[in-house]
Amino acid sequence: MNSEILGVVLMFVLTLAIALPLGRYIGKVFNYQKTWLDTIFNPIDKLFFKLSGINESQQMNWKQHLVALISINAAWFLLSMIVLTNMAWLPLNPDNNPSMSGDLAFNTAISFICNTNLQHYSGESGMSYLGQLVLMLWQFLSAGTGIAIAAVVFVAMKERTTDKLGNFYSYFVRSCTRILFPIAVVVATVLVFNGMPMTFEGKDTVTTLQGETVQVSRGPVAAFTAIKHLGTNGGGFFGVNSAHPFENPSYFTNIVEMITQMLIPFALIFALGYVINRKKLSWMIFGVMTIGFTLLVVPTIISEMNGNPAITRMGVSQNLGSMEGKEIRFGSPASAYWSIATTVISTGSVNAMHDSFTPLSGMNQMLGMMINAFYGGCGVGMLNFYVFIILAVFISGLMVGRTPEFLGKKIEAKEMKIAMVIALLHPFLILVGTAIASYLYTHNPAEYAGWLSNPNNHGFSQMLYEITSSSANNGSGFEGLGDNTPFWNIACGIVMLLGRFLPIIGPVAIAGILANKKYTPESNGTLKTDTMTFGLMVFAVIAIVAALSFFPALALGPIAEYFLL
Amino acid sequence: MDAYIFSAFRLTIVSLLFFVGIYSAIVFGIAQFAPNHGKGEIISQNNKTYYANIGQTFTDDKYFQSRPSAVAYNAAGSAGSNKAPSNPDYLKEVQARIDTFLVHNPGVQKSEIPSDIVTASGSGLDPNISVQAAKIQIKRIAKIRGIAEANLKQLIISNTEPPLLGLFGPEKINVLKLNLALDELKN
Repeated sequence: MNSEILGVVLMFVLTLAIALPLGRYIGKVFNYQKTWLDTIFNPIDKLFFKLSGINESQQMNWKQHLVALISINAAWFLLSMIVLTNMAWLPLNPDNNPSMSGDLAFNTAISFICNTNLQHYSGESGMSYLGQLVLMLWQFLSAGTGIAIAAVVFVAMKERTTDKLGNFYSYFVRSCTRILFPIAVVVATVLVFNGMPMTFEGKDTVTTLQGETVQVSRGPVAAFTAIKHLGTNGGGFFGVNSAHPFENPSYFTNIVEMITQMLIPFALIFALGYVINRKKLSWMIFGVMTIGFTLLVVPTIISEMNGNPAITRMGVSQNLGSMEGKEIRFGSPASAYWSIATTVISTGSVNAMHDSFTPLSGMNQMLGMMINAFYGGCGVGMLNFYVFIILAVFISGLMVGRTPEFLGKKIEAKEMKIAMVIALLHPFLILVGTAIASYLYTHNPAEYAGWLSNPNNHGFSQMLYEITSSSANNGSGFEGLGDNTPFWNIACGIVMLLGRFLPIIGPVAIAGILANKKYTPESNGTLKTDTMTFGLMVFAVIAIVAALSFFPALALGPIAEYFLL
Repeated sequence: MDAYIFSAFRLTIVSLLFFVGIYSAIVFGIAQFAPNHGKGEIISQNNKTYYANIGQTFTDDKYFQSRPSAVAYNAAGSAGSNKAPSNPDYLKEVQARIDTFLVHNPGVQKSEIPSDIVTASGSGLDPNISVQAAKIQIKRIAKIRGIAEANLKQLIISNTEPPLLGLFGPEKINVLKLNLALDELKN
């Protein structure tokens, strides 16, 4: 087999092999069972709660969880705004980079606290090291928030009737200190020994072999890159993210970064099985997600390996595949694999420029974000999938004439309404947002000429991609879009905010309401949810609700570009 | 509600100290044991130092050339072209690069040119080219430098980096290392 394909297979297999034991460990952390890291982290966590004045043993109901979540996010937003608009004179700014404008800071602050990491600035010229470190803090905390909320939903799914769902701060701190922190230290260590800088010195000036003078940006890259991937954040230290030779120096670091970003989304699936003691359900979920992922990733790898047909017609060799926007050290298959992994799991880091991918690959990247539930981001991917499960349970229940039940709890009108609203919110935000942007562009092409770097259908795709990425809290982009303008900064900021919190509030509400209902043990009349048949049902619901709503928009963008190329 | 906000701020400050202060300090401490103390890997030759992973421009015909770059290999920034595969202006540019390459490298067939040497990388700082992209420059460099083609072929072979563990990923050549070795060869 071709060594580049073999590299892709290796990444997937290694991720799964590490995720299985990690899932069990995360399950133990959620269940407050003993683990071997307790001796280090019990005292640290105690100190956290003591210094913050929090009683971590106070039980919360689902509404209290949400209040705690939203109030702490508000604090983060405020702190980000202060730092980002004052970086110029604050310490740790060796390159004398400027402070951000109000609208850019608004976008960046929301982007990082929402785990999106959409970037309308370039790290080398638009951010001080202090700014980078504060963003790195949100990379820990926003991921910890997602994992904590997943814990709340998992615990709510247990076989009992209760409104007491643990303590938000406790899950949150445990997720950050016991899950994210130790893995981030290990990953950063591996990266720093493989050519990634970790320094606080500013730009270096170098004379090249040919005798020209150039500058080289550096910084505390290794610490940042480890948590950027582990927390499915994806915001690059440098402008081009993990395509930069300092942010991803070799094929080996590429494998490490790839595994790191898919690790927790994989592990959480198995953590669910551990917490509610239903391993088969975990495998059903993993199976459906993996089928969806494969259906996106295989055509993308093939399309990139075939190369750009317009360049093939010029008569040069396309053995390497489509290389515009790609790095030689990764090659087209590993870049194609990364581009789908990063869009299905909401990381949004890139190791190649998505704008230059062939049309069908661009479409698959967008579909990954539009569906947003194949593995998905830290914690929130499971929440999105949970909504689809609820919908599938209800529809299957109607089809076979049984009461819709999930894990012994009846699903009724109220939960269904919430699930429907959440499932339709994502297409609504994307389609309405893109429609507004397209309207503005077509009615004032002169005023907004700086928006699009490519004409025709691909220009439309650039706008569609940006809004999709915001709503999915992904953060990657068709970076040719001139997006540091008040319109894009504010519009994407609002979409990111709605796309983050409503899909958290909805599933937590459903899980909280269900937890409070009477538990009825499974009988012969119960619809089994851990079977292949039910898995197919969930897949069908995802295909119909998520994928088909976007077909017309995709037909105008990448599909039209494909046929015209 | 007040209690929530008060806790939120305090917990944020504690987290700042731990996840920014202590975490960065740990990684920075570890970096002191890494190559070049975590300031980026360097190569030295003739009392000059270069970053091994950051690509450089080679426009002079006596050197192996790098890939096109959207930032002219100035690592103060980084960028790809972000051109769509269907963009007509972009396709004209690629055609012009092919034509220029053929002018500078007489005797090379168009079908021998690999796509990497006429397309811009993602970072604009790609330190590598494909093995084929180096091979098709042999004739030109042999003529200018008066070195036997066989010696250059040997140089390319010894500078080819194999896939990881010989199994995973592409073969590649670091252009800077190749050109440094080329300069040595002449001496």
